[in-house]
Amino acid sequence: MLTIKNLHANVEGKEILKGIDLEINTGEVHAIMGPNGSGKSTLANVLAGNGGYEVTAGEIRFEGKNLLELDPEDRAREGMFLAFQYPVEIPGVSNATFLKTAINEVRKYHGKPELTPKEFLDLMRDKSKILGMDENLISRSVNVGFSGGEKKRNEIFQLLMMNPKLALLDETDSGLDIDALKIVSNGVNIFKNKNNAVLVVTHYQRLLNYIVPDFVHVLYKGKIIKTGTKELALELEDKGYDWIKPDLIEAETA
Amino acid sequence: MNKIPEFESTKEWYISNFKSFEEQLNGQSKTFLHDIRRDALVKFAELNFPTLREEEWKYTSVSPILKNNFHPVIDLAQITFSKEDLKKFLFPGFDFYLMTFVNGIFNSELSDISGLPNNVVLGSLKELSKSNPGLIKEHLNAYTKIDNSFNALNFIYSTDGAVVIIPDKVVLEKPVQIIYINGTDGSNILSTPHNLIIAGKNSQVSVINNYSGLGENLYFTNAITEIHTDENSIVDYYKVQNENDNSYHIEKLQAHQKKNSIFNHYNFNFGGGIVRNDINSILDDENIETHYYGLYLAKGKQHIDNHTFVDHAKPNCVSNEIYKGILDDDSRGVFNGKIIVRKDAQKTNAYQQNKTILLSKSARIDTKPQLEIFADDVRCTHGATVGHLDDTANFYIRTRGIPDELAKSILIRAFANDIVETVKIEQMREQLNHMIFEHLQRVEIIDSEKSR
Repeated sequence: MLTIKNLHANVEGKEILKGIDLEINTGEVHAIMGPNGSGKSTLANVLAGNGGYEVTAGEIRFEGKNLLELDPEDRAREGMFLAFQYPVEIPGVSNATFLKTAINEVRKYHGKPELTPKEFLDLMRDKSKILGMDENLISRSVNVGFSGGEKKRNEIFQLLMMNPKLALLDETDSGLDIDALKIVSNGVNIFKNKNNAVLVVTHYQRLLNYIVPDFVHVLYKGKIIKTGTKELALELEDKGYDWIKPDLIEAETA
Repeated sequence: MNKIPEFESTKEWYISNFKSFEEQLNGQSKTFLHDIRRDALVKFAELNFPTLREEEWKYTSVSPILKNNFHPVIDLAQITFSKEDLKKFLFPGFDFYLMTFVNGIFNSELSDISGLPNNVVLGSLKELSKSNPGLIKEHLNAYTKIDNSFNALNFIYSTDGAVVIIPDKVVLEKPVQIIYINGTDGSNILSTPHNLIIAGKNSQVSVINNYSGLGENLYFTNAITEIHTDENSIVDYYKVQNENDNSYHIEKLQAHQKKNSIFNHYNFNFGGGIVRNDINSILDDENIETHYYGLYLAKGKQHIDNHTFVDHAKPNCVSNEIYKGILDDDSRGVFNGKIIVRKDAQKTNAYQQNKTILLSKSARIDTKPQLEIFADDVRCTHGATVGHLDDTANFYIRTRGIPDELAKSILIRAFANDIVETVKIEQMREQLNHMIFEHLQRVEIIDSEKSR
């Protein structure tokens, strides 16, 4: 589904990603872990097409298409979704209007008719129930007056509504208490099936107790330095990152 | 040797034209209004039109306005449109009293004030100055003075305007919608409405003053509005300025507030080539509240200047002001927010904010807070920001499959929302949002759900 080859990317002229290779297939859950500043969020933003990040080398193919040639909206229409670490507030535009616009833009791209008001309402009821959301939230302005946890839950609500092929979750667990974490994870687990994929970017192992990854990649200084299974995440939780940092290992062996 | 002031010939024209104007007035020259006209003419002769050298007009050149001689209107123009045609200029979806002015002159056929409670006066200055001068004489001109040549020009040539008088203890349930249709009748029309809104003790009224321009004719609206809010009254005054983009629009609004009164001024500016609003309030007693909400949108070569002045004369009053602007193309905005807290006005709480978004590289805003505080126990805060649409927010919206242009519209709506949501008449809000996108010529985002 997604193939990343030798990806290099800069932010404000500084190289953050220094050669990433990654392959994600349908039905898989991948986790990217790593210490602060390792480039995790950069990777998520580059995949979603954030104009503030400059790709200097490498290739990304998504469902056979050259992703780097697509605008953010076209990436979304092709089936990519980024749940933001810091979701944006949009006063004056309700969640319902925002999502209806989004869903219908994607449908239009695929030559499908717009959802009828009833179809949309049913979909919204259905998905909000999964996340235990108050129906009133739907008529509230996007993320305005939401707590940190509510914003994250709203991201997962959008994920369920848009039902993409690939979900990128950028630090979705940050700022969540354990109950909210369970609800959000449950939402992701309901989303996940054999035809889609999930890429979780996280600093902590905690989330991976609930969203169980097939692969765990450790990102450090812009490179994936180790790939393993969910046991690797537990080991990282236990021992921290130092034991696998190549520069530190080299220093010790020198 | 003295330099001849700029546009001396324009000034001379307005003076010499008065004679023929006077001759056409017929019976109207017998009312007390005519004394006001003569006084203003004397004053006008002493004044010169403002130039960029004056602090108050530093960022707004009126030269284009003075390159033309605009002709005052005395009689009602031939109307080529019907009540049905009028509908597209009105805010729909709620009951209201309607007063229509064409080129500044009241048109009773296009108005509807049926079902008005006893003693409430909704009428035309022209009619009332003949039929019931006592009613308006004590108020007209009592709250405003001539600050500049344009004010004087209104006094000289004004023959009509909207009069709203709410007696003590009356709450007018339905809003009053006053529509000014300008530019219908050839070029170079001078429209000079002089409006008067009087709210008695414990009364309440909501007035929508809607200036609409037709076609592409060049014309000049030069208005004065006087508002008096007596003790414990509440006045909501909505100005919606949507003149055509070739026209010029100057309005001076003077509010005079008494004890425990609340005055809410909503100022939506869409149209006009050169626009200058002076909005002044005198808080002349205790426990008064004044709220100013403004939104200005400009494109092309439009120039919109808002000068506000809140004069805290007595203690324990609150003023709150939020002005926001969206400027595109080569347009210019000016915001000057003056607050005076006089020596007596202890425990004043004054707040002012101006935020502008520039949608293009060549749009420009000059913003200036002007606080003069003479009391020592007060709270005054102010702030001004100028920026662009937020890139991160734009990216967020686009990651949901929404194209860039529509994402920008969503952000424009979000920016304007602070002001639009203050409008108490709910049915006006979606129409105002619609006017934002229509004016900026951008894709519209319609909120089918009512967002909170």
